[in-house]
This record gives sequence, C-alpha cells and structure tokens, in this order.
Amino acid sequence: MNELSKKIIEEAKQYAKQNKKDEKKVLEKIKQIYQEMRVEPGESVGIIAAQSLGEPGTQMTLNTKNLAGVAKMNVTVGLPRIVEIFDARKEPSTPMMEVHLKPEYAEDEKKVQKIAAKILEVKIKEIIKNVSIDLINTKIMLDLNPKKLKEYDIIPKTILEKLRKNHEAELKAGTITVTPKKKDIGAEALYRIKTKIVETYVSGIKGIEQVLPWKEGGKWIIKTLGSNLKDVMKETDFVDITKTTSNNIYEVASLLGIEAARNTIIKEIIATLAEQGLEVDIRHIMLVSDTMTASGEVKGTTRYGVIKNKTSVLARASFEIPITNLFTAAVRNTQDRLEGIIENVMINQVIPAGTGLPRLMVKKRSKKK
Amino acid sequence: MRKIIRDKIGSITFKLMSPYFIKKMSVMKVISPELYDEDGYPVEGGLMDPKMGVVDPGLRCRTCGSKVKECSGHFGYIELARPVTHVEYAKNIYDFLRGTCNDCGRILLAETNIKKYLEEMEEAKKNMGEAAYWEVTNKIRKKLRNASKCPHCKAKQDKITIRKPTGFAEDNVKLTQIDVRERLEKMSDEDCLLLGLNPDAGRPEWMVLTLLPVPPVIVRPSITLASGQRSEDDLTHKLGDIVRTNQRLWENLNAGAPEIIIEDLWELLQYHVTTFIANDKSQVPPARHRSGRPLKTLSERIKSKEGRMRRNLAGKRVDFSARTVISPETMIGIDEVGLPVEAVMELTIPERVTEWNLKHLKKYVKNGPEKYPGANYVITPDGKRKRITDETKKVILEELALGYIVERHLINGDICLFNRQPSLHKMSIMCHKIRILPYKTFGMNLCVTPPYNADFDGDEMNLHIPQTEEARAEAKHLMSVHTQMITPRYGLPIIGCKHDHLTGLYLLSKDQKIPRRVATALLAQAEVETSLPVKKTYKGIEILSQTIPEKINYAEKTITCQKCDKCKEEKCEHECFLKIKKGEIKCGFVDSNAVGAGTGLLLKKMLREYGGKELVNFLQKITLLSLHYLDYKGFTVLPSHTDLKKESFKKVKNELDDAKNKTKKILEKYEKGQLESLPGRTVKETLEVNLLTTTRKTRNKIGRIVQKEIKKDNSLYVMASSGARGKLVQIGLMSASVGQQSLRGSRINFGYRDRALPHFKKGDMSPEAHGFIRHGYKGGLTPTEFFFHAMIGRDNLMDTSMRTPKSGYLQRRLINTLQDVSVNYDQTVRDSGGRIIEFEYGEDGIDVTKSQKGKLDVKEVLK
Repeated sequence: MNELSKKIIEEAKQYAKQNKKDEKKVLEKIKQIYQEMRVEPGESVGIIAAQSLGEPGTQMTLNTKNLAGVAKMNVTVGLPRIVEIFDARKEPSTPMMEVHLKPEYAEDEKKVQKIAAKILEVKIKEIIKNVSIDLINTKIMLDLNPKKLKEYDIIPKTILEKLRKNHEAELKAGTITVTPKKKDIGAEALYRIKTKIVETYVSGIKGIEQVLPWKEGGKWIIKTLGSNLKDVMKETDFVDITKTTSNNIYEVASLLGIEAARNTIIKEIIATLAEQGLEVDIRHIMLVSDTMTASGEVKGTTRYGVIKNKTSVLARASFEIPITNLFTAAVRNTQDRLEGIIENVMINQVIPAGTGLPRLMVKKRSKKK
Repeated sequence: MRKIIRDKIGSITFKLMSPYFIKKMSVMKVISPELYDEDGYPVEGGLMDPKMGVVDPGLRCRTCGSKVKECSGHFGYIELARPVTHVEYAKNIYDFLRGTCNDCGRILLAETNIKKYLEEMEEAKKNMGEAAYWEVTNKIRKKLRNASKCPHCKAKQDKITIRKPTGFAEDNVKLTQIDVRERLEKMSDEDCLLLGLNPDAGRPEWMVLTLLPVPPVIVRPSITLASGQRSEDDLTHKLGDIVRTNQRLWENLNAGAPEIIIEDLWELLQYHVTTFIANDKSQVPPARHRSGRPLKTLSERIKSKEGRMRRNLAGKRVDFSARTVISPETMIGIDEVGLPVEAVMELTIPERVTEWNLKHLKKYVKNGPEKYPGANYVITPDGKRKRITDETKKVILEELALGYIVERHLINGDICLFNRQPSLHKMSIMCHKIRILPYKTFGMNLCVTPPYNADFDGDEMNLHIPQTEEARAEAKHLMSVHTQMITPRYGLPIIGCKHDHLTGLYLLSKDQKIPRRVATALLAQAEVETSLPVKKTYKGIEILSQTIPEKINYAEKTITCQKCDKCKEEKCEHECFLKIKKGEIKCGFVDSNAVGAGTGLLLKKMLREYGGKELVNFLQKITLLSLHYLDYKGFTVLPSHTDLKKESFKKVKNELDDAKNKTKKILEKYEKGQLESLPGRTVKETLEVNLLTTTRKTRNKIGRIVQKEIKKDNSLYVMASSGARGKLVQIGLMSASVGQQSLRGSRINFGYRDRALPHFKKGDMSPEAHGFIRHGYKGGLTPTEFFFHAMIGRDNLMDTSMRTPKSGYLQRRLINTLQDVSVNYDQTVRDSGGRIIEFEYGEDGIDVTKSQKGKLDVKEVLK
C-alpha cells in the first residue's frame, strides 16, 4: 500500500526522459502528489458511492427494451436493468452471453456463422413447414423444411432419434410420421402430444434463443440471447473459455467463482450506464459490487441480502420490517454495539465517520513516580 | 456549570421483559377503566393517574414531582386475570411447542444430536458470526416440526397446530394460554438455546403475558379540543378496553361464573391485548375508533415511513430553519445566499459574551428583537433563557456580562446551510455565506444551481443555521461551496457557467473589435483588477485573458470540434481549439468544454492550481464579464433565425421526396415477398428496421443541409456551438422536418386495429401512417403529425413520473446498504461490523474529487 503502481512509475520515468529531468526527483514528486490524492480516513465512501449511483438513476429511461446493434436484439436497459443488478435477481430478464472464439475461428465470418448456427437451440417447430394431426390413425405428421435443415446443419436422423425416446417415428419423403406409443388415446391427448413434440429440442445448446455474430475490434464474437454458460464452456473446440462471459451474475458466480461475479456486476453496471450516456467513476461501482460479494456469495441490496447481514439491529429495523427485526433481536438477546451511522443518529450521538472518527486515548500515568 | 463530558451509550441490548421486571419498573397498578371522575380529575388507579406522569401544563407528576417537560413519565401495569399470548411471539411459541416433549418438556432431540448441533452452532459462530449461529437454530426448529416421539421419555407427540394468530391446539384440542405457559415453563435453558431463544434474553414463558405494562401518559397524551372536550389517544382507548375486560374477568372469576363466560371474556381480553400490540394482523379484525377508523396501536407507531423509526429517529425536526421560494441573484457571490430581513430577524446565532465583543453585543441587545440588527434572547450563565422585550431590556443590559450568551440576529457573512430536496447527493446541502437583501425570497447565483438541480420556476429551498461552534466550523470547512466544486461522481466541476454565461463568453471570444471605453467598463463592472495596455480597440480574447491567472496553461478541443482525422490543434481551420498559455488565450473560444457546469476542464485545472476560493472568484469574474458584454451587445432569438433559403428548402424537399420513394420501394419489395429477413428476425421486423433506418438517414441528411446553410451569427447557432442550450440538430427540427417519431425503438405501431390513427387505411405501412413528421415545428404540423407528436410527448411524461419513485427507492436501498462503509485509518474500507470490504479504496486509494478524472495523470500533474 501507498506504493505507486508500475504503470505510473513507468509513465513518470518516460516523462523524465522526454523532458530531460532527474528521474528520482520526478518520482518523488509523483509520490508526493499521490499521497495528496489519497482518500482521507473517515471518508464515507459508501454513501458517496450510493449517491453517485443513485443520482443518475433519476436521469435514466424506464423503457425496458432497447434494440442493440444492426440486427437488433431486445435487451433490458436503463433503470430496470440497474435495479435488476442491485437486486441480484437469480435470473436476469434478458440473459445474454458473449461467446468468444478461438483465434483460428474468430477471424473467418463464415466459420463464425456456422458456429453460431451450431450453438443456437433448435426446436422441431423451427425446422418444419407444417404439422398435421391424423385423428383416425392417431398420428402426427411433421413436414420438414429442407432449407432450414441445411441452415442449422441437421440431418433428419437426429430428429428421429430425439422423437423415438417417447414415440415411434418414421421418415418418409421429407415427412416424419409420429405414432404415440400409448394406443387408443383421445383427440385431446393427441393434441397435447403435438404441442409437446413441436417444442422438442433437436440440436444446439439449450437456452440459447438467438445468436448474433458480432464484429468487435477486428474479431468476431457471438452474442447470444439466453444464457447457458456451463454448456457453452464445454465446447472447448472452438470457444475461448477464458473470455466468454454471461450477464447472469449467479451463473457466473457458481461457475467461475465470486471474483468473476464481482467483475460481472461491475461490467454490467458500467455497460448499462454507458448506454444511457451517464458517467460514473468506476470506484463507486467497484465499492457497491464489493459489498454485494464480500460475504463470498452474491447478495442484493435488499432486506434479504446485504442488509439482512448487518450487525446492527437498529440499522436493519430502520430500513424495512422494523417489528420483525426488533422481536427477533429480543429473542436472541442481541446487543447493538452502536458502531454504525444510523444507530448513532437515532440516539443523538456522534457518528463514527468523518470528523466523528477520531477518539481521544488517555495514557495512564505509571505509578512509579 | 453545565456538564461538559457527557455519558455515552455504548450499546443497547434487546431482551424479553419478565413479569418481575414489569412490576419493578412500574409505579402503580391500573385497576380502573374510568379515566376521569365527574369533576374532570383523573381517577386514582385509572389510566390517566398522575402517578404515571402528566401532560397538562401546571400539574406536577405524583411520582417524581416534576413538571410537564421535566418528567419523562412512569410505567404502570395491569395484572391480567388470565395469561395472554403476545402476538409477535406466537410463531416462536409455536415452534417451542412443536420442538419440545408434551410430557417431560425436553427438546425432541437425542442427546447425541444436541451435542452435534451445539457444536455446529459454535462452529458457525466462529466462521460466519452471530447471524449464522442463529441460522442453525432455525434449522433445528424446522427439523422438529413433525417429530412424533420424545427421545428422552419415549412419549408419543401429538400434532400441534396454530389457530392464528394466537391460539394453539394439540391434536385438535385447544390448549389454553395457561397450558401453553406451563409447557414453556418446563423448558430448560439449554433446550431454549437450541430452539433459538437465548437464555440470557429471558424465559420462554414470558412470551405469554401475565402482567401488561401500561405506557406513561406522555406516550399517549390526550388532546383538549376547542369545545373543552377531551379526546384520548388511540393507545388510551385500547388500554381502557383491556382494563375493562380484565376487571370483568376478575369479577367473574371471583364470583365463580360458568366456564363459558370466563372463556369468552378471556378470548376478548386476548383480542384486546393482541390489537394493543399490533392492529394489522391478518385474521384479526382491526380494532376501530368510534368513527370507524382503525386504531393506531404500538406496532403501527413504529412501522413504515411515518413511523417512529423513519420519521422521528432516522430524521429529526430542527429549529432555526427557513424555507421560501428561490430567485436568481446575479450580483451576489456564488458562495452567498440572499436572505430577506424578516428571516434574518427570526433566525439567530448564539454568541457568547467575551471581553472583546461585550460592547458589540450590548448594541444588539439594545436594538432588541424588533429592530435590525438586534437580538431575541439572552441566556444567563445558569441556563435561564430571557426574551428581550422593552420591559426586560434595561435589566438585561445591566446584568449582561462575561459568560452570558446572546442570541443575536444574523449579519452579512454569517454562515448557513442551504438545501434543496430531493437531496440526492452531498452537494444538495452546502454551506453559504449570508447576504441580507431587500426581497422576500432566497436569492442565489445561477452558477450554483446545478448541484442543487434548482431552477427558478417556483422552486423552494431550505436553510439552516448551525447553532454551535463545532457545527459552524464543520459546515464552513467541509461543506462550503468552494469545497464542493467537484462532483465525486466523475471528478469534474459541477459548479460552472450556464446558459447566458456561455453565450456571452462565446460572443466575447469571437469579438475582434472592442473599443477601449467599452473594454475598461466591462472589466470594471466585472471587478477585474488589471492594467490593460493602452490601445484603441481590443480583441475579445484579450479582455478575457485578463481574468485568467498567470499559471494556467490549457489546450483542449471545443465542443464544435469537427472530429477531423488528425487534430491540427491551434491551427484548426474551424477554430475549434482553445489554447491558453500562461494565462493568455492564444486561439479559439471559451465554451462549455472549458467553463461549463459539469464539463469545465479549464475550471478543473484552475481548481488544482489555485484552489476552490480562487475558482469561485474566477467564475464570478467571467460570468459578470459575460453578462455585461451581452448587455452591451444585445442577444436575442428571432423567428427568422429558423428561416431557410429557397434553395435549401428545395434540397430538403428533395431529400424528403427521396425518402418517400425509397420507403415505397422497400414496401413494394415486402409486399411481393422479396424482402430478405435479417438473421434472427422475422420479415416484418426486418421491414420495420429498414424503414426506420431510412428515415433516420434522411433526418441526418436534412440536418446537414440546415447546418451548412446556417450563418455563424445566427443566435441559435451561437447557443448550440457555445454549449449554452440546444443542439444543432434541433435547428433542423424547427426549420425543416421533425422526422420519424419513435416509441421504444420502433415506429408507432399501435392504436386502432391495423393502423395507428383512424385517418389512415388499414394495413398502411407508409412512414406517414406510423409517425413520420414531414414538417418542421415552425412550418407547422398536420393534424395527424400532431397526434403522433403528442403520443411521444405523453410517453415521455409517463416515463418521468414513473421513474422518480422507482429511482428514489433504489437510492434509499443503496444508501441503507452502504451507509456504514467508510475508510479506516489503515486505508481499508470496512463496514460497521469491521468487516473488510476493500483492502484499498478503489484499488488505488485515490479520492475521485482529488484525482484527474479518476486517475493520476502523470503528464498533467507534472506540467
């Protein structure tokens, strides 16, 4: 601590070289300036961070959906997205991934498109032209769409395999005839089977609803709507697993650990704010993200999350559900040590932050003399 | 002498209240439901007994003998004829009953399991703290819910059910509160702990009340109406019900009444005690006032935004505050605030009499409260407060000596805190110096409006006068305007030039010929002390340079920057580069990038070189210079500023027609089914996207035509390119075409069936039918265009009004989670429990307000 970062030392050295100044002196000066720039003990950085993130909230749009990019994908943006992140919802309203590819694939648009088609979740309804029900013979006919089959690189055999798990299926001249194993079922049941068949998963990665090859910094990546990080990471042949990310914080936390989740929160907040054209210093975002993940698991800024774990009864009670908090405290013989801000505000005492931080310590005179 | 060292509350512990404790803290037993006797005096042993404190002025408390404000009240108690369950503990009791044996009273866990769980609890405490420790007990409770056999005495356990909210039944036979209490009495301390009741907090049987504490009268003061009638507090009403029922129950018990009557009364008592504690439990009809309004009892007093917690404890009412409308005051300083005399004579500052100010303060006392500058009160050394009146004035003047405190009127230069709600960030409350002005509003400099987010369309603001030396010192040194120039959000000055200031500076920078007479007058009006070289005429930048201190070197692009491939800096042909060398402007013009609020890089630089006070000074000078220059030059916007030349108009028309053709082609293609869909989109969506991009392109083209034709001295152009207000594009909206109205990223595609407005044919996909506005604002919109425009307007309005409460709650939550997080002496960032959040703030320990845009910019710093 109190040390300059390597980058700054490097920059200072370069500066000294360019302007023909004494390197030592320059470094000393920079060090002194750095000391002056440091935060002072007692600074309520938490409140400043909360304000810095809350105040731009009043300027954000409420429109939930926005179109991103040329091909357009519907994405949750603005205030609803920010709320979602701070709530630490288990599932974002629009889960998305950025699939990075290994270098040998990342530069060729055609290859990328092929991979994109490969990871897209395909259901039977997407590769058929028509479905019809034969009520007399209790059969369901699926008219395959050869064009789509080619597009998604699927052979009819795989479809048959999927269908044969539960039913009997046969392929004849581009049409699959499905006969349910159970005999003598009514029209209603047949209809139900039809809707189920149409939703049958054929190929790709489950949960990936849309794919979009995207050029970013000279390289192709695949943006996806729907997130399934676990299965995508298994495709080690072409996926660069070191860079691939998801916007689902919990998914990232369970798969890559809490530090990765912390970075995801930071990244997502920055992206949402930048999209709205708002500027917030990264320190504030980091602090919020750190408080949300400090316990080792992702916790939202709600009464079930971070606030539940506050040590002070009064701090919890002043936020929400005061009655429950007070009675639980009574049963547990909880002691509020009044170390926080709001507890001391409540009882009219000096708060332990800012100018209230310093305390006097009295040295006991030794009894010798 | 007043006590200097005050005792400090070190901690607060929450416990259960034992009947013994209730009796001990009480001064009397309440036995009578009557409040007052026939003569209007409180009944002895009643709920308004003066032993429990007094609320009427003049009366004395019969316990401690002090008067109304001195006595904080004393508790009483009611001896309940039969025990009654405490609602808020019903859930706990339920778990205890299910978790313990109905025969031997032990916990339904085998010895080995008890040991195991105790170890688990200790382990959890060691690793994760208190909360985790108790989490284990929740687990035990859950586990024991359906235990069917006691591992200790092998007794069979019947199913216990809760009859909400306070009743219990075993095997569908009602357990009376006495039964419940007996069971709870049997529990051992260790078993309590395992079930989540800390033995230090108390005994489980205390959750079934036998004595009910009666809060002192002060807690439930009665109000005397204008008609002389007394109106009692809700709590008194409720307590009255309890005492009445309780007395009847006593009588019936003593008389040996039949079981049914006693049970009915018992249940009624339970109901009254339940609603006394919480009147919003589900399955309990809320107790009502005679008027039908639900009573506000104990838990409602604490709860919610208007409750004790948030209304009276987390925020408190203050004295010495003021509130009125604000208005602009150009001629006062940025760190000043204009106050009307009326306010100044009411708000006072306590000033201690010393050798040096005795004479001075005597003058104030002589003036009294009616004449400014005077004083309202004098506080004697023994703490007595005396109002200065014509009668008392003479005596006070005579006795005034060292050690007295005079509460004098405010004078120019005193400090105050100025605030506008919503207080979203720390710059919403700042410390200003007082300036007494002859109006009835608070006056403030325009430059200081951005941190408050204030305007003058009727906004009101609050003002507070700190009353102690410490408060004043902290306010002055930590909250003064000049210490809050930079927003910690992104590290740029939030206080700076706005609107007309920027227009003026732009025009002044561009002015090449200012006669000496005018130049000297301008500088004099702006209070710039300088020696101008004697010349006939001056350039605008020369005059501006007079205000800039010597050490300033600055080189940045202006907002008009054309974004050329390579910046030619000072040789820029568009004059889009501002260069200042040693405090002298070499080229370019001063715009919002340099001095604007929230963007001013030049301001940031000045702050670092010279500090906040000097920056405030500088801002004051340039704003005055700018405004006086505008006075001299004149500045206005005419309708003709949005006029277009005939040729340009034709060009615009061509563009619009061109767009029409293009969209037609796309539509034709779509109708023929030739349109190819974009990846992941349907054909219809693709059509929408295509149409939207076409109209967007047209708008950009039209914008360019208008920008090309506009003259440099056009006032709208001046405002846009100085950053004062508006964008260049908006000139196009006025003079040429408003363009496509988009709603949430798409055209307007709803309304009637298959069409947005009934003026169009069904299924019409053309731009006109979906919100394309061909005309400009000045030319006027057609009725259908007007409707579309109004739709967008309404959508925006809705958006704003729904957003405010949402973002407000977000902010409250963020503040609540992060309020205890602060930097410690070892530079770590910790919360109130001492848990480390970050080892070094922001990974580098840099304070955003002291940084160069959040970084340590080596080159910038060393220059």
